Amino acid sequence: MKVNLKYFASIREAIGQGSESVDTQTTTLKALRDELIARGGAYAEALAHGRAVRMALDQDLCDASAALSEGCEVAFFPPVTGG
Amino acid sequence: MSFTVSIQTQDFDVSQELAALRAGDARVGAVCSFLGTVRERNDGSAVASMELEHYPGMTEKSISAMMDEAQKRFDIFAARVIHRVGLLHPEDQIVFVAVTSAHRGESFKACEFLMDYLKTQAPFWKKEVTPEGARWVDARVSDDQALARWGIQASNTLSQ
Repeated sequence: MKVNLKYFASIREAIGQGSESVDTQTTTLKALRDELIARGGAYAEALAHGRAVRMALDQDLCDASAALSEGCEVAFFPPVTGG
Repeated sequence: MSFTVSIQTQDFDVSQELAALRAGDARVGAVCSFLGTVRERNDGSAVASMELEHYPGMTEKSISAMMDEAQKRFDIFAARVIHRVGLLHPEDQIVFVAVTSAHRGESFKACEFLMDYLKTQAPFWKKEVTPEGARWVDARVSDDQALARWGIQASNTLSQ
């Protein structure tokens, strides 16, 4: 299925782009993150497990077990620092 | 006026915002507000400027959700949140939260709740320019602890 990815702040800079569209067989956020980590390089570094990576599905914060759906928007970003 | 949020690059006038928030509502007996500004120092370094990035769409959605939650928890009439993005300098206004209620207790609590929530749940990121170079600001565990006082687990700084 098609998933729209967005990256912000330090993760966006590390990966070198703010968004991309991917075709994936994965069905959860965790599996999608693992698939991106498996690309190696900057992806493996920026999204590595054990780092403080926050995830959003269709613009709601969620945890790794969240289920993907066709055309959904998934975002990866570091801890937020507004205010 | 009720419950509104603005994400903007331009500055804002606190007096005008406070007047507009309570205009036409004679039930109001208390208005509480918080104004966040850019400090000249952070984590031991001089800050020349900062760039604020956000996640358009999700930012508005997350702040609307926190306003809904504040309405459920506190007896308040209206709230206003303004957050600036883009390039900011020391002394600039960054964030404004204001709440109205009949008596002060509810708006004091709601204002603090909204700020604690915003610090750990709204998708903004600060990048500072210091003499040592540009750096992303680290999230603080103390901000997660501040939200925990309201019975909400923030998880902002959690490794996973």
